[in-house]
Amino acid sequence: MSKTEKQKAVLERYMRLPQPDDKIQCTYVWIDGTGEHLRSKTKTINFVPKTPKELPVWNFDGSSTYQAEGNNTDVYLHPVALYRDPFRLGDNKIVLCETYKYNKKPTETNHRKTCCEVMERAKDQHPWFGIEQEFTILDSDHHPYGWPKNGFPGPQGPYYCGVGANKVYGRDLVEAHYRACMYSGVNISGNNAEIMPAQWEFQVGPCEGIEMGDDLWMARYLLHRVAEDFGLLVTMDPKPMQIASGHGAGRSAKMGDWNGAGAHTNFSTVTMREENGIIEIERAIDKLSRHHIRHIKAYDPHEGKDNERRLTGIHETSSIHDFSAGVA
Amino acid sequence: MCETYKYNKEPTETNHRKICKEIMDAATSQKPWFGIEQEYTLLAQDGHPFGWPKNGFPGPQGPYYCGVGANRVYGRDVVEAHYRSCLYAGIRVSGTNAEVMPAQWEYQVGPTEGIHMGDDLWVSRYILQRVAEDFGVVVSFDPKPMAGDWNGAGAHTNFSTEPMRKPGGMEAIQNAIDKMSKHHIRHIKAYDPREGKDNERRLTGAHETSSIHDFSAGVANRGCSIRIPREVAAQGYGYLEDRRPSSNCDPYRVTAVIV
Repeated sequence: MSKTEKQKAVLERYMRLPQPDDKIQCTYVWIDGTGEHLRSKTKTINFVPKTPKELPVWNFDGSSTYQAEGNNTDVYLHPVALYRDPFRLGDNKIVLCETYKYNKKPTETNHRKTCCEVMERAKDQHPWFGIEQEFTILDSDHHPYGWPKNGFPGPQGPYYCGVGANKVYGRDLVEAHYRACMYSGVNISGNNAEIMPAQWEFQVGPCEGIEMGDDLWMARYLLHRVAEDFGLLVTMDPKPMQIASGHGAGRSAKMGDWNGAGAHTNFSTVTMREENGIIEIERAIDKLSRHHIRHIKAYDPHEGKDNERRLTGIHETSSIHDFSAGVA
Repeated sequence: MCETYKYNKEPTETNHRKICKEIMDAATSQKPWFGIEQEYTLLAQDGHPFGWPKNGFPGPQGPYYCGVGANRVYGRDVVEAHYRSCLYAGIRVSGTNAEVMPAQWEYQVGPTEGIHMGDDLWVSRYILQRVAEDFGVVVSFDPKPMAGDWNGAGAHTNFSTEPMRKPGGMEAIQNAIDKMSKHHIRHIKAYDPREGKDNERRLTGAHETSSIHDFSAGVANRGCSIRIPREVAAQGYGYLEDRRPSSNCDPYRVTAVIV
């Protein structure tokens, strides 16, 4: 038995220990000061919570998560979305939290508060979302998982929705994640292998309003946590493998030609979904076309700087500089 | 959990439980409650922190505290197994989190009254080392396992009496802090197994610690010897947090000297 297998067997034995009925483990999850990474810690609760409101407000040291400086570092955790825990099982829970500063203001990367207010105002429109989350699996040396060490696989072509040990890398992780999401209550609607080998996609939705953000963040937390168990890393970086510069004579022009990763966001309102809704869709696109820069700034954690590496106009992307719309 | 006695029925030198019990019995009417945040570091069998590159160091502190991901936390399996074991065993474990230094973790035991604090904490440490044995990993309770810009490990001790927990209890809290401020050296000597020599490497005034030489107290200030949590100050009652005890302290000595 390998060292990792032995380790997992040992853990299994301990996790089979029965847990007292009146002791529930609740993991509080939050977005840290980077706006893209998640943190978590666990608390023992002596009842089984049915709604997030029943759970106590907690706090943590914000100076350790890029969320506070100086002497006033307490940041508060407000539970907002409850999920079943696919790692500890039983009645144990994972709860997504909003973060607030000591003066009761939301922290800089707590965008949920405003999102909630916006969704509340738009609730008559029944806004539905479906997001296609792409990600890349990396080995512990940060090279894409399954790729030859210090090297590259053959050019893109055979990998998208592929099957076979030389076409897809990391299916175990993806399978485990799908099941974990379904168990926990995340509205996961599908998955597929992506164009770049070791790149995958899963879809969450359709979700109405605030549930989209909640479910997607939780799906990401579960993904990182499942990857931990496999000893692998997951990155949501939009362009993990850049186009390589020339490597020498004889190299195909396609070498170093790798897709980026996006989060295509499907959207509709109740009127769009009804007969002749196409008019409503065109109207919405028209509005969106006049706020391209505002959207680009909101579409990655660095006001568009990350996306710049991905939205080049090739690899099935639009150019970051121009807004365009079209059928299919 | 057992106490040790010599042939002449005297407690052995490190049996601090006997006196602790006498003190707790004398203070029963105050209902002294404790909660200890036990920090520790996981090491590989070669003594280097678990998961760290051999003959090297991970990137600087920042991404690890409460982190998730194989490049952020090392040894979660041990932590999970320990948590479940403690719940099974009947230890009052109230939570756990990854700490600021990678391979460093914390769990909290409490709130619990009187002598139970020392009992539960010692047994939880035994269970931790026993679980780590099964994983082939070593637990260190040393307060400063890695010199340099790496956090140390403490056993922050949260404490309250019944008057402190009632509305207006802030006065009792301030009284207690005032009393403790006059016995800083006595406490420091009781807060690690070497009369303060171990804690000296940790209580530097940096890395969210107070300096071992000075006593200080403040609201929501992690650089103080004693911290009053923000909510406690806001509502006017609650508890205080003594941040001085070292991770390798004897909780019988810590709780006894506080009471």
